[in-house]
Amino acid sequence: MPKTPIRFTLNGAETGVFANSGANLLDVLRREAGDLTPKQGCAQGGCGACSVMIDGELHLACLTLAETAEGRRIDTVASLETGARLHPLQKAFAEGFAAQCGFCSPGMIMAAKALLDTTPNPTREQVAEAISGNLCRCTGYEPIINAILTAAAELRGRGAA
Amino acid sequence: MSSVEFRKDLFADERDDNLNEIGKPTIRQDIIGHVTGRSKFYDDHLFDGLLHMRCVRSPHHHANIRHVDTSAAERMPGIRRIIRPSDVPHNINTLLALINFGRDDEQLLSAGRVTYKGEPILAVVADTERQARDAVAAVRVEYEELPHVLDVEEALKPGAPTVNAEYPNNSFDYHDLYDHQKLRFGDTQAALAQADHIVEGTYQMSPIEQAPVETCGAIAAPEQNGRYVCHTSTQALFFSIGVTAKLLDMPSSQLHFIGGTVGGGFGGKVDSHHEPLAVLGAMLTGRPVKYMWDRTEEFRVGAPRGAERWRIRDGVMNDGRIVAREFTGFFDSGAYTRLSSYAIIKGTGHLPGPYTIPNVSSNVYCVYTNRTPATAMRGFGITGVDFAIECHMDKVAETVGMNPIELRILNAYRDGDMKAHRRVAKNCALIECCQVAAQKAGITLSPEAMAASSKEGGGIGWRAEVPETAIDDMGRIGDRRNREIPPEPYGGATQRGSVPAGTRGEAVVAAEVQDPDMQIDPTRVGHAVSQAVGQPAPPTPAPQSGAPIPAPVPAPAPAPTASAPPPIPAPSAAPPPQQPAPSAFAEPGAPAQPQQPYKPEKPFQRGVKRPGVSRFISGTRRR
Repeated sequence: MPKTPIRFTLNGAETGVFANSGANLLDVLRREAGDLTPKQGCAQGGCGACSVMIDGELHLACLTLAETAEGRRIDTVASLETGARLHPLQKAFAEGFAAQCGFCSPGMIMAAKALLDTTPNPTREQVAEAISGNLCRCTGYEPIINAILTAAAELRGRGAA
Repeated sequence: MSSVEFRKDLFADERDDNLNEIGKPTIRQDIIGHVTGRSKFYDDHLFDGLLHMRCVRSPHHHANIRHVDTSAAERMPGIRRIIRPSDVPHNINTLLALINFGRDDEQLLSAGRVTYKGEPILAVVADTERQARDAVAAVRVEYEELPHVLDVEEALKPGAPTVNAEYPNNSFDYHDLYDHQKLRFGDTQAALAQADHIVEGTYQMSPIEQAPVETCGAIAAPEQNGRYVCHTSTQALFFSIGVTAKLLDMPSSQLHFIGGTVGGGFGGKVDSHHEPLAVLGAMLTGRPVKYMWDRTEEFRVGAPRGAERWRIRDGVMNDGRIVAREFTGFFDSGAYTRLSSYAIIKGTGHLPGPYTIPNVSSNVYCVYTNRTPATAMRGFGITGVDFAIECHMDKVAETVGMNPIELRILNAYRDGDMKAHRRVAKNCALIECCQVAAQKAGITLSPEAMAASSKEGGGIGWRAEVPETAIDDMGRIGDRRNREIPPEPYGGATQRGSVPAGTRGEAVVAAEVQDPDMQIDPTRVGHAVSQAVGQPAPPTPAPQSGAPIPAPVPAPAPAPTASAPPPIPAPSAAPPPQQPAPSAFAEPGAPAQPQQPYKPEKPFQRGVKRPGVSRFISGTRRR
């Protein structure tokens, strides 16, 4: 089977893989690049568990042709962590019981990050809208929304300091 | 941020509040892995040379498999192995065999016949998922379609297609004797005859898919020394090991199962279907094998919460007291048993809901239909009948013109009450929940309802007693399965075969009038009400009347046991006087003797080791 060489920046690091032609970005990230943080829940764009940022925009990796990532900047939830310190979003999720089984959390946090990057002071409705493409079956939407608002406040405070 | 409100004012004297964890927010120990994406779910384990497994599935509800042609699929690129039913060392199991409940009825890969849409008949192992899918599509299977049945009551009618060969009457065999699970408490027939209102209702729920975000699956790989490692999404790791050991006929010491990080389960990940197939694939190819459902399979062949149909018939007095409640339940198990039989046992223990009702009867059928087999889901066996009970409570309230919350408070169980399954209710809190709910909803309750308490009024008189309950001549409650009734006189050959029982073949509104041996007979009563305990207000004229119909019922002159027995439909005659009644049941008028508990003449069949099957797992004997 012919393979296609693809180069991209994954979580700040130059990365090159050989991908099967027609492979989706989710499989390439997980199997070839070894970043297991995006999850496969439905492989048809329905659940949001594979949400990643491509050039700063939220995308569903399972619906993205891997070849289109050539030369792009891809960020997953693994980009948030800086050493032992958690990103305010991760901290708020952990402390606010915004994760139960944890399977939707990586995609959920990326959806939240995409919102806060453009809207530092979101309303509750904007937060609900931003995560509306991400399913949580343990049904923790309320704590998730609360956590995102908490993280937004902390990020704003940090920016002011 | 918590939305939980703790009402420390309620039951304050019953509770120790010096607790370290309960009532206080706690951070999950695995939360850092979850928010950083580092928690390892089963699919987060990478293996070199991983192979992918997909199943060939039945497109029909019910069909004979005439011919399977895999020749084209075998020649396709990347195909490593096509696994057939004959490759499974011990291709028959039932999930609860591990606790000796029920008979083996389900194959891992089905040979000969398929009984639901999506039933797996072959597994294809290939280098890539794409290749496995293409090969599955290239397998040619010739089916002979058979008539199917999708409705629980249709399935119980004579002449309905047999779904499950192990249970040819389409109903699970309870206690190897009954085609339904039974509950008898008091005499509902007599109480219904005296009630002011009869309230009937039928309630049907749909099957519900658990729909976890992570689909079910497993990855197995050969380890050293003949062992196999298996990363699985299972919610029941030791169940999965036992089932795999049995199906593959290997000691569980060869299985190294790793699980515990589950991407949502809700009951849908207990069926232990993926692990045996993945391990078998690893055994047959010598390579790591992943068997993972896609989203379509998760919805189409993943076992849902089974649908339930309930008929409830209540006898209600004008003041709202429920004096009798009858249930007929049909639990749609789908094509195989899995956990539905157990769900019904659980549900029967829950009847008649959190209410103290002096006369309760129930017949619940675990029915096989050509639907996707049902399994566990959050509170299964309880939530379905609770839906029915609470809908019915509203209907009762409407009938007697009462506030539905006050109706619940009036009938709620209280500490010390005897429940229909012969356990004393304790730590009841329904009344307090109703009062708080009414306050929150801005509903004004009567002063009596607001003054009620779970700690007061319970466990007094009839509320604390097991009422007179009919038993059959073997000391069991209820009518026996017809096919097991020996032709009279006793001692003849046992009748066998598909004989109508219970609701079979008839439109039944609620629990049927029982066989003759269900009529209360003074010579054959199970639990007599103690006369020492004070009866509620108006004394009943018949002193031996134990019928626990409370308060201002116009008590019938004779004991309710004698009041107009319903017509006896069954041909098997009413118990003859010389029938072998246990001597402990004293003749009327004779001095009361201590009752002997029923003891079977021979032990029940349990834990019989089947010859010729797995050396490692025992199970119940097949018939």
